[in-house]
Amino acid sequence: MGTITTNDLRNGIKIMLDGEPCSVVDNQFVRPGKGQAFSKTKVLYLLTGRTVEKTFKSGESIETADILDTSMEYLYTDGEFWYFMDSDTFEQVSADSKAVGDNAKYLIEQDKCHVMLWNGNPIQINPPNFVVLEVTDTDPGLKGDTSGGGSKPATMHTGAVVRVPLFVNIGDKLKIDTRTNEYVSRA
Amino acid sequence: MTWQPTCSIETLNARAELYAQVREFFSERSVLEVETPLLMGHGVTDRFMKSMRVSGVYENAGFLQTSPEYAMKRLVAAGSGSIFQICKAFRLEESGSRHNPEFSMLEWYRVDFNHWDLMNETFELLTKLLGKRARVNYSYQEAFEHFLNLNPFQISLDNLAKISKESLGDLPDNLEKDDYLSLLFEAQIEPKLGINHTIAFITDFPASQSALAKIDPESPLVAQRFEVYIEGYELANGFNELQDAEEQLRRFEADNEWRKENNLEDIAIDDDFIGALKSGLPQCAGIALGLDRLLMIKQGLNSIEQALTFPTFKTNL
Repeated sequence: MGTITTNDLRNGIKIMLDGEPCSVVDNQFVRPGKGQAFSKTKVLYLLTGRTVEKTFKSGESIETADILDTSMEYLYTDGEFWYFMDSDTFEQVSADSKAVGDNAKYLIEQDKCHVMLWNGNPIQINPPNFVVLEVTDTDPGLKGDTSGGGSKPATMHTGAVVRVPLFVNIGDKLKIDTRTNEYVSRA
Repeated sequence: MTWQPTCSIETLNARAELYAQVREFFSERSVLEVETPLLMGHGVTDRFMKSMRVSGVYENAGFLQTSPEYAMKRLVAAGSGSIFQICKAFRLEESGSRHNPEFSMLEWYRVDFNHWDLMNETFELLTKLLGKRARVNYSYQEAFEHFLNLNPFQISLDNLAKISKESLGDLPDNLEKDDYLSLLFEAQIEPKLGINHTIAFITDFPASQSALAKIDPESPLVAQRFEVYIEGYELANGFNELQDAEEQLRRFEADNEWRKENNLEDIAIDDDFIGALKSGLPQCAGIALGLDRLLMIKQGLNSIEQALTFPTFKTNL
């Protein structure tokens, strides 16, 4: 793996800390009190999602992390792993529940997902911003109420639960924003 | 497109206006404007500052100046009287939202002033440039007591390390007391200084951070050095200037000794500067003020690049 120094730190650069891959989300050069210089960073631990403030001595060397951001097609799940394929090379990778997390409820076969690979293994899966899901359970729709004045919970075929307008019925296909878990429109 | 300046035309005008006001201020006080070289044969022994080198000029190495301090004191020692300069300064590896490796500095020396007199004058200048503001004064110790409820002179290294780690996150190992104090000051005091239309002066820095300032004759733990803060920005650093050539030489030699222990290169001591001190530097106080930061404050800019025409790196926007 390569090394860099604090002079190469930029937002978005991926480094290794305590054996874990991290993304630098903020970096400030400081030389307080006319003393030695530091790089004050905020780093996001990519495996756990926690953000930590980390200060380096200026000039210190830091190991870089082998992180690759790719776009891959979601294939299927066997309950334990979720399988993704690179559409160009047809190479497949399997992601565990830690990598997929809550996003499992937005995974639709053949959708292009954002897959973050660390040393070739998926550590983070992000679905497209918008997905189309089918309603499998909700209270009966109120005919004629298209005012959007109220909302009710609806369960989707993937397990996602989204607040939807009152007129929505079982079997409706809905466009959902995966970043906010919000109803957008009927698909 | 990347050829355009990173500052607005409005900011260009504001800088010109700022410089005109600075010149007017010093002209009214009969302080002489001078120019000293940016390129000289000596760098600085400062433990934590890196000079940029220029090859092919001097036999060993030429250095772009990290500040005009030595040259300006040579002028004062030669009898110039009070002087000021608006110039560029260069510091390797200093880059960020408040730092550019090449930056603009206003530096001035007032003969027969001490640091208290110079603080008064600095306050007058800054209120002329920025409009009416109230003055706030803290000694270094008072600032720590007021904002962090700790005494920086009495606290033990262990305690300081513990407090720092609790509030500043993950820190490098083997830091010295001054490192912890500086990091705490930067993170937890600096952002609160000079806000609400004030200008904050911090005085009586620890003697270990004296640089080129005199030590307080009544209190050997304290240096006659001050800093100025506005809107959470460190804007200026001033000294009651050390006149004792032997003491100055000892500090430079101690720097080089420290550099050796820390595997940094030895920096030749500027004999001409020491020579000037030996011949007799009049009692004077001097201050360096960052003009790019002053412009940022005046114009409400968030990044130093917005104050510069063409920053060294375009990475912080």
